[in-house]
Amino acid sequence: MSENYFKKYPNENGYFEEYGGAFLPPVLETEMKNITQAYFSISKSHNFISELRSIRKHYQGRPTPVYFCNRLSDKYGGRIYMKREDLNHSGAHKLNHCMGEALLAKHLGKKKLIAETGAGQHGVALATAAAYFGLECEIHMGEVDIVKEHPNVVRMEILGAKVVPVSEGLKTLKEAVDSAFNAYVADPVTSLYCIGSVVGPHPFPMMVRDFQRVVGIEAREQFYEMTGELPDKVVACVGGGSNAMGLFSAFLEDDECEIYGVEPSGRSLEPGEHAATMTLGKPGVIHGFKCYLLQDEKGEPAPVYSVASGLDYPGVGPEHSMLKDLKKVKYDTITDKEAIDAFYELSRLEGIIPALESAHAVAYALKLAQKYPQKSILVNLSGRGDKDIDFVVDEYGLPENPK
Amino acid sequence: MNRITELFNKKKRNVLSFYFTAGHPEPDSTLSILKSLEKNGADMVEIGMPFSDPLADGPVIQQSSQIALKNGMTIKKLLAALESVREEVTIPLLCMGYFNTVLQFGMENFCKTISQIGIDGVILPDLPLEVYSEKYQAIFERYGIIPVFLITPGTSDERIRQTEKYSKGFIYMVSSASVTGAKKGFGNEQLAYFKRIKEMNLSVPVMAGFGISDKFTFNQVSDYAAGGIIGSAFVSHLQKEGASENSIGEFIKRIVK
Ligand SMILES: Cc1ncc(COP(=O)(O)O)c(C=O)c1O
Repeated sequence: MSENYFKKYPNENGYFEEYGGAFLPPVLETEMKNITQAYFSISKSHNFISELRSIRKHYQGRPTPVYFCNRLSDKYGGRIYMKREDLNHSGAHKLNHCMGEALLAKHLGKKKLIAETGAGQHGVALATAAAYFGLECEIHMGEVDIVKEHPNVVRMEILGAKVVPVSEGLKTLKEAVDSAFNAYVADPVTSLYCIGSVVGPHPFPMMVRDFQRVVGIEAREQFYEMTGELPDKVVACVGGGSNAMGLFSAFLEDDECEIYGVEPSGRSLEPGEHAATMTLGKPGVIHGFKCYLLQDEKGEPAPVYSVASGLDYPGVGPEHSMLKDLKKVKYDTITDKEAIDAFYELSRLEGIIPALESAHAVAYALKLAQKYPQKSILVNLSGRGDKDIDFVVDEYGLPENPK
Repeated sequence: MNRITELFNKKKRNVLSFYFTAGHPEPDSTLSILKSLEKNGADMVEIGMPFSDPLADGPVIQQSSQIALKNGMTIKKLLAALESVREEVTIPLLCMGYFNTVLQFGMENFCKTISQIGIDGVILPDLPLEVYSEKYQAIFERYGIIPVFLITPGTSDERIRQTEKYSKGFIYMVSSASVTGAKKGFGNEQLAYFKRIKEMNLSVPVMAGFGISDKFTFNQVSDYAAGGIIGSAFVSHLQKEGASENSIGEFIKRIVK
């Protein structure tokens, strides 16, 4: 990937072509400008980079491996490889940007990190980063997700974070973002808002992408070393899009690689049953940035649903929105059912229990493998599925005796 | 001449303005609230268009927006309800809301419709100056709609000067670096900020908003600005005491008497 792309996108006002930007009331506008300035001056410094590299290696356990899925490939065809972000410390890719954001907070002299979480992965990762740096941590989480992702709530509390339940609206990710924003606005001086994906106002989509690029940089090199070539197909699930941007960013200028972003079609493509933002959304503004957005005709964000809590967000990263328009990435969908099947397939054929979010990418890779048995496919296994096991077994049963 | 400009030409001090959310407390209370406000001495009113994900509002206004949305309030319904507002209300009126709802309605369609109705200005706190000037200024000017922009204690002098350039009616001076909400009184830090703004001698009048809840706070800001906008305290009064003419009259009396 040439540096030109990263210099061009986003532009200085945070735009990825027509998407992104910062649509904010002036209180927040000022704070975001401060964060942007701090990001540019601090994160490019030698000290910052070497500290982050050391953390990546000694604390997070990076590089995470790329793994060839032998039995899965035998059964489905193709050559399926996984970038093992489930082995990243704390069990998902989220820690990649959380350590970066927390390190920035430390350099800025902030005392507290504030964020929202859906599946709880970002919350756990941020609580982990806060503990590492000795910062306070406040995580806003919808009440529905609190019940569904209970193990992660306990993990956050063990790590010393305060979990704030959000009871508005559908009580999931979108409402948690509103709540976290409000908490941050009330205290922007001593706290730093650490968004959980490549969404939100500038500079977050850029910052989170930059911190996640490590996934793609490693994977590209590892894949090449293993196979002597680049993957034919690259696949990742897209909620807000951070794990996907991490992986995709290394392959955007390789015309021979086809890139696929996978969204949840949930129970169906009827309104309220899915979170297929790219497939059915249209441009709009949510949470301070412009992107494809699932919304009603009044401009209200639409209710969304997915079996994977980390994917049910009505918006999507501005960079993904641009990549769709530029046709650099193909966005497609996977249903709840397909994700659950893939969850079990990967568990039983490879001994890897994936997060339900990641299971969407796996399910799509299995489809590609069947369709293109000669091709190599690199999947971002964004997280491990421990958090989902009770929910999956309760709701869907074990495969011998499915409900 | 635009009614906002006219108002500030006539009245330089103690301009009393109110905010309330359309569709709250009752689905169809908008017009009667406007009439009661004018009758009881309001100089100007901002009519809130409810949105489910407000980033600039405190709990009171957020809650009123949720009630309004439950009541089925939309831009379309609001504009229909206001169709003949100018037969009964003469004070300047503004629509205040979030960018996405107007974007989906269509900015041109919106400005055109409100100018036909006789609405004078628009406040979209999450529409940045740059996007306004690049994409929408021409539309606002075509229909004679005045855009109002917000400044906060953190806004740099340079940014305030930029804001001044695009402002026609007044500049909305947010009293504190926080979301809306009624406060007990402004402290030294806020007063120093009001003073700093006053001493900039801006070419457009400044109205203070956020945290003005009573006679005391209204008088405090009036020493520095052309007047004040009462939002949360009024919305909360409507929620508790209802939107009858009597109730609104009582509320205003507490501020101006
Ligand atoms: C394991 C995992 N993968 C993916 C996601 C989706 O987020 P993003 O699209 O930002 O990678 C989440 C979100 O919680 C997650 O926990």
